[in-house]
Amino acid sequence: MRTTALEIEGVRKLFVRKDQTKRHRGLRSHKSKEEVVALREIDLTIKQGEVFGVLGPNGSGKSTLIRLVSTLLLPDSGALRVFGHDVEHDPFAVKRLINRVSVDAAFFKKFSPIENLMYAARLYGMNAGEAKLKMRSILKRLGLKEETFDNPMEHMSRGMQQKVAVARGFLTSPVLLLLDEPTTGLDPHSKRDVQAFVREIRDTHDATILLTTHDMDEADRLCDRIAIIDEGRIVALDTPEGLKTLIPSSNGDKQTLEDVFIALTGRGFEEAEAAEKVAS
Amino acid sequence: MSLLIREMRGAYAFVERNINLIRRYWGWEIVWLIYSLTNALAITYIGNGMSAISGQEIDTQYVVTYLLVGALIWQYLSVIFYAISEMIAWERWEGTIEYTFMAPVSRPTHLIGTTLFAIGYGVVRTLVILGIVVGFFRLNLGGANLLGAVLMLLAGSVSFVGLGIFAAVLPLLYPERGAQMTNAAAAILLLVSGVYYPIETLPGWLQRIAAASPATYVIQGMRACLLDGRSTGTLLPTIFTLIGIGVFVIAIGLVIFRYVERYAKRAGRLKRSG
Repeated sequence: MRTTALEIEGVRKLFVRKDQTKRHRGLRSHKSKEEVVALREIDLTIKQGEVFGVLGPNGSGKSTLIRLVSTLLLPDSGALRVFGHDVEHDPFAVKRLINRVSVDAAFFKKFSPIENLMYAARLYGMNAGEAKLKMRSILKRLGLKEETFDNPMEHMSRGMQQKVAVARGFLTSPVLLLLDEPTTGLDPHSKRDVQAFVREIRDTHDATILLTTHDMDEADRLCDRIAIIDEGRIVALDTPEGLKTLIPSSNGDKQTLEDVFIALTGRGFEEAEAAEKVAS
Repeated sequence: MSLLIREMRGAYAFVERNINLIRRYWGWEIVWLIYSLTNALAITYIGNGMSAISGQEIDTQYVVTYLLVGALIWQYLSVIFYAISEMIAWERWEGTIEYTFMAPVSRPTHLIGTTLFAIGYGVVRTLVILGIVVGFFRLNLGGANLLGAVLMLLAGSVSFVGLGIFAAVLPLLYPERGAQMTNAAAAILLLVSGVYYPIETLPGWLQRIAAASPATYVIQGMRACLLDGRSTGTLLPTIFTLIGIGVFVIAIGLVIFRYVERYAKRAGRLKRSG
């Protein structure tokens, strides 16, 4: 029986937001506070070696979920455990096991890829010589040319920066890798490179991957199981094929994940994103 | 891998990162150096002009040295203060704060790395400014107790590390205004600590605040060493008091930092890059 990599039990998270746009008696603006529920009672178990997808529109709670596992947020209630270590009470043990690639490739923009990756490697206690070899090998595997390794990142395209972000995520050999929309905003070529690398990791390493995306095809191709999330709730959870059989086909054609999303939430992906945008 | 080696590598990450920041932002570095140098010169020239301003005969050399010691020591202490307080502000500005906070590196290690860099950087920068400034004035440090001055400076550094931790909390709490609030805190220390004048010239209520500022003791001690040539033995009580204040302020600063970091994680304040 496979070990449980990530266990999420009854996790709830809300944010308090100051709203300064409201008007009091139609005249003066005043500050008020509003509670925004990001996640409502999420339960999830992911096994070691699994590629688990969380599929949902923007603002559905995907990134909040990743930040909670990353120890960057604390839950209001419930618990998260990474290989048995509680994220809230034993964050140091969790941090040694995870790494994350997020949608925004956040770097010291004037530093080169090597300088940025060396900073990350040292933070994770890696030996500098070993780290240098590994980062060069990953960057080359991701299609970056060697002559760009020492150039400032501010001169790189978004796709190249995101590849460096992926390299940073894999550099420390995490046993649980958190990929938060790693291909959003990338050109098709860069997107294919990153997806191929994730597939390679899935096939050759024993890493567990939690991948959030709003790209249905990406989720379909990369994930062993997928949870569809909407307004902070998991509305369905199964294998990609299992999800497609959840709803009957009206015309005999094979269902897509988008059909499943519409059937389960009563609205399309773009519509859901527009609604979340208005709400936030 | 032993925990100690891992933590040492973690601490070195911050030293190397800050050296890289200086290398990559060398233009800013030159601008700041010119700013600090001209500031020190402008303040010290006040001493040179005192006789002309007051129309009375005064010991210009003493006043010049008095002001220069204040300017240089403040320059050094403020470098320590800003380097520590910016350990969060830089990460916010570059957007990397989440990656640093999710790395398995403890906050004391984060602080040790930042402090090592801050002290090294502060010493080099102050020596460069001193090297240039001494060419402009006639100074007499013949009877100075240099060993006592170094000990006093090191003791003062400890307390400024603690104050820097307090200031580093501000950008965590206030993503947009935190860095500016740090400037205000530094300005208040400059006002009350007797950097350019004896604290006795301040109103009573400001003198009471001055008594709580570690900078007051560092600067008084440095002047006692460099201008009056006081022996190290007579300064030991001040040195131990400064170390005591420093250890206390660092301990309280770390507790507050930990509390505020937890609050930031609860409220989702790490995300905004401000």
